[in-house]
Amino acid sequence: MTLKRVVLSDPEELAAKACEIRKHVIRMVGAASSGHPGGSLSAADIVTVLYFNKMRIRPDDPTWSGRDRFVLSKGHAAPVLYAALAEAGYFPVDDLITLRRIDSYLQGHPDMNQTPGVDMSTGSLGQGLSAACGMAIAAKMDGADWRVYAVLGDGEIEEGQVWEAAMTAVHRKLDNLTIFVDWNGLQIDGPIREVKSVDHIGERFAAFGWHVIEIDGHDIPAIMAAIDEAQRTSGRPTAIVARTVKGKGVSFMENEAGWHGTAPKPEQVEAALAELEASRKGGVAQ
Amino acid sequence: MTKMIATRVAYGEALAELGGINSDIVVLDADLSGSTKTAGFASKYPERFIQMGIAEADMMGTAAGLAATGKTAFASTFAVFATGRAFDQVRQSIAAPGLNVKICATHAGLTVGEDGGSHQSIEDIALMRVLPNMTVIVPSDAVQTGWAVRIAAEQKGPFYLRLGRASVPTLYDEDADFELGKAKTLREGQDVTIIACGVMVSRALEAADRLEERGIRARVLDMHTIKPLDEEAVRAAAVETGAIVTVEEHSVIGGLGGAVCETVCSRAPAPVIRVGVADMFGKSGKPDELLEAYGLTVENISFAAKRAIEMKRA
Repeated sequence: MTLKRVVLSDPEELAAKACEIRKHVIRMVGAASSGHPGGSLSAADIVTVLYFNKMRIRPDDPTWSGRDRFVLSKGHAAPVLYAALAEAGYFPVDDLITLRRIDSYLQGHPDMNQTPGVDMSTGSLGQGLSAACGMAIAAKMDGADWRVYAVLGDGEIEEGQVWEAAMTAVHRKLDNLTIFVDWNGLQIDGPIREVKSVDHIGERFAAFGWHVIEIDGHDIPAIMAAIDEAQRTSGRPTAIVARTVKGKGVSFMENEAGWHGTAPKPEQVEAALAELEASRKGGVAQ
Repeated sequence: MTKMIATRVAYGEALAELGGINSDIVVLDADLSGSTKTAGFASKYPERFIQMGIAEADMMGTAAGLAATGKTAFASTFAVFATGRAFDQVRQSIAAPGLNVKICATHAGLTVGEDGGSHQSIEDIALMRVLPNMTVIVPSDAVQTGWAVRIAAEQKGPFYLRLGRASVPTLYDEDADFELGKAKTLREGQDVTIIACGVMVSRALEAADRLEERGIRARVLDMHTIKPLDEEAVRAAAVETGAIVTVEEHSVIGGLGGAVCETVCSRAPAPVIRVGVADMFGKSGKPDELLEAYGLTVENISFAAKRAIEMKRA
């Protein structure tokens, strides 16, 4: 069986895909009665643009050596990655509902040996950027033109290893590396501003020597343009600092730290799906 | 005259040689390439050497990323940093996904010497052997180190090689052969078995000589592979000699002695006396002074052997 790669170029179509992915997230986490909906929803538009527009991938050949690599450094957002991979054709959409089950290949956090399309195992925060750097270094060594993308959480960058890796990426001029910081402003214990005041994220990366682009992380044309700009940037890595809303698309989850790692109950799943469905009928989700 | 070579030196030479044979090999170091001896590889293959600076956690993660693309990544720093400071990176990014990263850690144990306790890893074997997917080798001399580096490069998956700073006697001929997970029997005996690894193997042999002078015949095993452990050799030692002494430049908790005890108690109960660093940190001093101060001496091994024999008779 050969799967046809789905490439969407119309922002409207990408928004519709992102909505489908959000619905999967809600269904998966609801069915598992556990998981992380908030940070999955905040990253949905970014992940959608990567998998359905920008990344060079072959869903029917997940280990193709020429593929672009993706590292979900904020591994707890696994549901959004799995939803995108399933929609892209890496594995059946029907399997998404097995998330976190004892016999499932969809582990609570990404496992590269179990799930087709997962390029790096993550889960312990702060480690993904180092792995992404390693991949980007390998591409440079081999003269290969594939690129590396990573998504980090804003709370995650409290981990010191992120800044070790940030230095490595600049020192080695990894212009084939693009990261997103999903700046949804919340972490488990509350607003990041109160927990550890990680303000001025763009300035921090810029001070380390990164090319920085600040965008609205739910503005699909802006995400696309930022990735294009990153691809044109030579000599240094790009950090796309994306302002996002935790729980985006489900009003009762939006900007609520409590939905970081709490699963919706069945009636909440229904309400969330209905709201997401309605948002599509009204055009691009705002 | 026995040649004295540090295992870290043999590592550096083997790595530089392998670099010419296997172009997938990349080497990472955290600002210690002169000490870990990866500098030899770096000067021959600068394009495949990645200087990470003083950032061990990032080094392990970067090695994992390189391995995820098909490289064979050798990552070196001092054992105390490789396994302690970067433990979670080794666990999550290397061991759990089973990536092809070879952690070759030097300056293990007390024989680091004057730098003192902060730099003397006495717990690294325990930390590495508890990780699923991890193979753990503690070479006893330069020849065995060369083999260990080659086998690590050949086999897929995470390896931990524990190497030393100090020069140690070369025990093996250049053409000696080793097998992963198979102890090397250096001396036959029926009264007691001394199971040693790393720099302590030569002392174990000396202790066996002393014991022989008193009519005690000790079997001596060089247990270079701590994981997977040669459980059959341990079982045979327990059954055939009835008493075991383990000797390592490591805490008596969780290292070679711990591994041997786990096997002995479940497969062939017999007295085991563990010679190693008691439950305490190291300190400054000359390597030989430290081994003496912490009881890692020929005398102590001989004494432990006699005690173990008494215990089996009791």
